[in-house]
Amino acid sequence: MHGSRLLMLFAALALGGCGEIWNSPYAGSDRGKSILYTSFSERPKHLDPAQSYTSDEAEFTSQVYEPPLQYHYLKRPYELIPATALEVPKAKLYDAQGKPLPADAPAARVAWSEYEIRIRPGILYQPHPAFAQNAGGEPRYLALGESEIRDKYEISDFAETGTRELLAEDYVYEIKRLAHPRFVSPIFGHMSEYIVGLKELADALQKDDKAILAAHEAQHGKADRGYPWLDLRKADLSGVKVIDSHTYSVRVKGKYPQFVYWLAMPFFAPIPWEADRFYAQRGMNQGRNLTLDWYPVGTGPYMLTENNPNARMVLARNPNFRGEAYPAEGEPGDAAAGLLADAGKPGPFVERIVFSREKEGIPYWNKFLQGYYDSSGISSDNFDQAVRIGLEGDAALSPQMEERGISLKTSVAASTFYLAFNFLDPVVGSLSERARKLRQALSIAVDWEEFISIFANGRGISGMGPLPPGIYGYRDGADGVNPVVYDWVDGRPKRKSIDAAKRLLAEAGFPDGRDQKTGQPLVLYLDTVARGPGDKARLDWYRRQFTKLNIQLEIRATDWNRFQEKIRAGNTQLFFLGWNADYPDPENFMFLLNGAQSRAKTQGENAANYANPAYDRLFEQMKNMDNGRERQAIIDQMVKIAREDAPWVWGYHPKDYALSHAWMKNGKPNNMARNGLKFLRVDTALREQRRAQWNQPLAWPIVLIVALLVLGSLPAWASFRRRERMPARPGIAGTAAAKAG
Amino acid sequence: MFAYIIRRTLYAIPILIGVNLLTFALFFVVNTPEDIARMQLGVKRVTPEAIEKWKAERGYDKPLLMNAGAEGVGTVTETIFFEKSARLFVFDFGNADDGRSIGHEIATRMWPSLALALPVFLVGLLVNVTIALLMAFFRATYLDFWGVVLCVAMMSISGLFYIIGGQYLISKLWNLVPISGFSASVDGFKFLALPVAVGVIGGVGSGARWYRTFFLEEMGKDYVRTARAKGLTENMVMFRHVLKNAMIPILTGVVVVIPTLFMGSLISESFFGIPGLGSYTIDAIQSQDFAIVRAMVFMGSVLYIAGLLLTDISYTLVDPRIRLE
Repeated sequence: MHGSRLLMLFAALALGGCGEIWNSPYAGSDRGKSILYTSFSERPKHLDPAQSYTSDEAEFTSQVYEPPLQYHYLKRPYELIPATALEVPKAKLYDAQGKPLPADAPAARVAWSEYEIRIRPGILYQPHPAFAQNAGGEPRYLALGESEIRDKYEISDFAETGTRELLAEDYVYEIKRLAHPRFVSPIFGHMSEYIVGLKELADALQKDDKAILAAHEAQHGKADRGYPWLDLRKADLSGVKVIDSHTYSVRVKGKYPQFVYWLAMPFFAPIPWEADRFYAQRGMNQGRNLTLDWYPVGTGPYMLTENNPNARMVLARNPNFRGEAYPAEGEPGDAAAGLLADAGKPGPFVERIVFSREKEGIPYWNKFLQGYYDSSGISSDNFDQAVRIGLEGDAALSPQMEERGISLKTSVAASTFYLAFNFLDPVVGSLSERARKLRQALSIAVDWEEFISIFANGRGISGMGPLPPGIYGYRDGADGVNPVVYDWVDGRPKRKSIDAAKRLLAEAGFPDGRDQKTGQPLVLYLDTVARGPGDKARLDWYRRQFTKLNIQLEIRATDWNRFQEKIRAGNTQLFFLGWNADYPDPENFMFLLNGAQSRAKTQGENAANYANPAYDRLFEQMKNMDNGRERQAIIDQMVKIAREDAPWVWGYHPKDYALSHAWMKNGKPNNMARNGLKFLRVDTALREQRRAQWNQPLAWPIVLIVALLVLGSLPAWASFRRRERMPARPGIAGTAAAKAG
Repeated sequence: MFAYIIRRTLYAIPILIGVNLLTFALFFVVNTPEDIARMQLGVKRVTPEAIEKWKAERGYDKPLLMNAGAEGVGTVTETIFFEKSARLFVFDFGNADDGRSIGHEIATRMWPSLALALPVFLVGLLVNVTIALLMAFFRATYLDFWGVVLCVAMMSISGLFYIIGGQYLISKLWNLVPISGFSASVDGFKFLALPVAVGVIGGVGSGARWYRTFFLEEMGKDYVRTARAKGLTENMVMFRHVLKNAMIPILTGVVVVIPTLFMGSLISESFFGIPGLGSYTIDAIQSQDFAIVRAMVFMGSVLYIAGLLLTDISYTLVDPRIRLE
């Protein structure tokens, strides 16, 4: 009886679950629900919109916070449209006497620009205890004693919640927070150059806060971190005004047309003073992480309901969200791709978004293949499994992916990776003919097409200048070719021959890679943070590129901090760097070569310390212009100068590859914004069916292993028994038996 | 024994100060406070003023070890080292460099670490001792020989191989348990089954071989021969005498590990998505968060010292001849 039961159990195991899935990482109760499953690898450092600046963090903050503007979900080139605002604000320009100027007034005449932002009425915040009120209409949780907070560890521990309407003052409150004395907003330095009064506000707050903290220290001691609330409503920010309950204005120094792009970033999202007051109560941040940096409060389509950045983050639909219509128009091809099927329907379409933390690529990729993540990027390790590159360089899915109904979407990122020459270096820097020709020769020799093919699995396009595709000013085809490095042959760019590079090198005074005057071989130095065993192939490749010109390349590998320090000090010769766009305006790339932005001189973003007065003059003109023929002409001139001077080997613009399962709808890559999750839709029935199909458990191998172990241990058991019964000395047992007989 | 424990606890204080000083020196040899600030603030649009403000907010604007500008004890106390280290001794870990509470993190993360480490430790111990006893019992037979060969082979294979192989076989090919993840509820078992199995199997090679040597050493002693001469069964000899006497060397290696189980496993937690203290430490090292690294090294040292003390105490329990004075 006992044996037959055991046999039945083994049989059940061997047959598997028969329809049941055993390897699902999600709760059974979530099966069939409208949930989007995705992942994150780095724990977000900040969820406070004034502090958060990375794209990883924006994946969360962009769903919760709503700045006044946003990018159109489907249209490309990227187009700004209202989010909570009624319209995209137009700058009103004024001269130094405060007289209005026409919109096309030259930048030199403009003393300040004013943006008036009108907010749509009736927008509500997510339910949150900061808004809860008692029966008398008084705030329920804004004057808590320490004892009332002692048992609160999660935001859900506060039983009551409330909401209120979004007001213009909330946007103003957040702009003031950029100057907060108790934390650093990464854009404060930049914004204080533009927003009138922001720098003065920071100084005033710093002074006030010193007195507040001194009083706090006297009362509670130095180590106590329960600092009192700093009420920013009372602080005066001269350039930012609340006009009425739903309108506010921002005054910006000079002409700064790119300011509207900042209004699409979470830095300019609203923060209700109640939330700031709520989290500033004594005890909230003492071992509890009850802070705005941990539990955001917004008006967006989702709210953060579970914040465990070590394992998972969960966004749930904000019940107070007004609904936002899915766009009815996009770029050509969107309709055919099914991206307009949901036109006009109010989003968000999924009820919950579950972000699971995956630190390692292997489990992440396998979970995607099992259907437990709805979409995925492609790492180099999995590239060959997922994608086949055709002879023409076109990417297509592998048969295995096609069989699973997975789709591939590619887009060129608004980023650029480049090899920079330090202009402060006596050999490769300066605008001298000698240095310029040396840089041009190297620009030809370093074969980026080969690099992209070998090290990026073909995911990228060679750079022709500082601008990536999709940014205004970028030129495609024959018009866009860099004539210093390429010829246009048979309808495509062809890298110039290495002989052309050698000629340039000789003209630079280094024939055959030797200094004409001294006869010494030319040795150049590359600073890099790549120093692991995995980087060897890449470093060898760099050396080979330089060897084509008989130039020796010395690799100076260092850690990230030293590398940055060297760049800041202008202590490098060559180095690799990259830039991701903040906003889709050519100014955001062209400024990387502006002399006034020199990293070594001004700690700006021009890491190559390139300085060409002609380029800088044109930059000053271009940066404040509206897009149009005139601006394009100036950009063309700037690109021409930069190509001639070759301060960078133009590197490449990476291509993003994204895979989605068949049940994922409406996905479209967006390099500028992360707030598109509200428009994603999931066919849950199809997902359940596929998961069940792909994940049938196979238990017989385990049964077999156990059986083999049992069988294998039987001889040992028999031997053990035999030993136990064996007499200490052979023959003794027989003698004893005889005596007994 | 009480006096002994007090004395050992007092000895721990200079050791912990030394560990702190060493961690501090090693960390700040490669990272300046400015590097830490830049790491936290990112590289885009960060002004020197922002760096200075960040440093001032977190107390990194002071001298490292000696404040020549201060007077009296202030020369020592108004330094980064003192301010960051002194409160550790009352287990106030303060905030991480990103501003979040380290104490909160430790309190929440130690349970997932324990959920993995404790079963691996207990099951691993049981399995290793069992296999070692078996090999010792069948000493000088083919079973012992091939057992040792297998153990050497298993201990020569990287732990990563067991993890990736286990994930591939058990989770991907056979679809039996999730590849990675964690749940604090009852269904957490399905997430832990694979990492525990991998942890146990990965440790069998070295563990069983190690314990086998203890058992063989004991089996060659006179009291074992006497036990056999008395006519005791081999079963009795092995379990009642050999196992008990081999416990002292086993305890040396085992008890010291018990407190450090809280600290988690660096690699397993990362691969299996277990949000424990091991992955917390790895994250901190990668993001150069000195506050966390310092706290975790301090915690590790305290637990290790506690483990050594527990080992000493456990000797008295298994060997009545030993007295702690």
